[in-house]
Amino acid sequence: MPSLKDLKNRIASVKATQKITKAMKMVAAAKLRRAQEAAEAARPYSQRMAAVLANIAQAVGADDSAPRLMTGTGRDDTHLVIVCTAERGLCGGFNSQIARFARDHVRKLLAQGKTVKIICVGKKGFDMLRRDFASLIIDRVDLREVKKIGFENADRIGHKVIELFDKGEFDVCTLFYSEFKSVISQIPTAQQLIPASAGEVAAAEGEGASAIYEYEPEAGAILSDLIPRNISVQIFRALLENVAGEMGAKMSAMDNATRNAGEMIDKLTLSYNRQRQAQITKELIEIISGAEAL
Amino acid sequence: MAESFNFELVSPERLLVSEKVTEVVIPATEGEMTVMANHAPTMTTIKPGVVAVKTAAGKTERYAVFGGFADILPSGCTLLAESAVHVDELDPTVLENRIEAARAELEGAGDEKKTRLEQFIAELTKLGEIVIPA
Repeated sequence: MPSLKDLKNRIASVKATQKITKAMKMVAAAKLRRAQEAAEAARPYSQRMAAVLANIAQAVGADDSAPRLMTGTGRDDTHLVIVCTAERGLCGGFNSQIARFARDHVRKLLAQGKTVKIICVGKKGFDMLRRDFASLIIDRVDLREVKKIGFENADRIGHKVIELFDKGEFDVCTLFYSEFKSVISQIPTAQQLIPASAGEVAAAEGEGASAIYEYEPEAGAILSDLIPRNISVQIFRALLENVAGEMGAKMSAMDNATRNAGEMIDKLTLSYNRQRQAQITKELIEIISGAEAL
Repeated sequence: MAESFNFELVSPERLLVSEKVTEVVIPATEGEMTVMANHAPTMTTIKPGVVAVKTAAGKTERYAVFGGFADILPSGCTLLAESAVHVDELDPTVLENRIEAARAELEGAGDEKKTRLEQFIAELTKLGEIVIPA
């Protein structure tokens, strides 16, 4: 049975923890709003980009002039997996969700006898994947120092990916990140970057054919300028979604922690009061029985 | 009064402009071009330079853009810039940093890339001359 003093200390320490988690929740909520705004502000660009790309892709068609970034190398022996996670923990299952999803994918590829290369964006994913696939990780991108993710950060990753592709280091590139559905639900998602996924082209055919364009320079040249840019944009979008998701997950994790701390304080206070009362009663009995004995 | 059309200037970070304009001058790769209402559908890449926008109200706004491309339709024009700022808000040091970064990349770049980078630097320098009053 813990003594009164122990209980008191315990309550004080839980209270301190509760204060911290409460503050973290509030910070996460503020950051979440900003992250959501950033993700929303970036949306028009990626939407227009997709529309334009669809249009051009249609114009160029499937002939040989289409750049290799779009058609792929024609093989799928070597896979590049980009795993985007957060830099910090304390956000519930957010990071492990993405890492687990990526890990399953990599295992599957390895089982099929493919070669896999991994680029980690964010420290947490790197820490988790290092345990299983240390030899497969070829690079990691640290965004810890970055306060607000700008397009340059994504662009740098995009350039790196394209450089590797040009060197023939991989055939297929897949991006893993967490899609921000709402504050309480983030869905780990895989998106194929290279070759540009068929879904995009299919979406194009729906709304395309609106006009016969003039191209300046010709369509193929624009396309080869556009696709690397599109890759950077996709990475940028993934990073923004990730930040929003991380903050959402952190907010609900911290909310839970605060509530748990509250429950714990209630329980501890109850047993503290009971024990105090028991002690008072005991002392009274001692005094009364002492007086009776006289 | 010239006819007006919708003009949108979008950078990856945000939507900068979305309004009715009568005239837009775009620094296309193949030379500057002026877009007015009912332009033939055109798609073009753009180089670093200044986009001059004449709004329906008759005001002229200038934006510095660093590459991207434009999607022109009879009913409107969308400019997707890699990065864009209003000329008044352009920080000269940002421009210098970009030139610096491009120069650094120039070292050890391949032939084809080298010409492209040199061109890029020349364009940036020219942009600097236009935008920053000496």
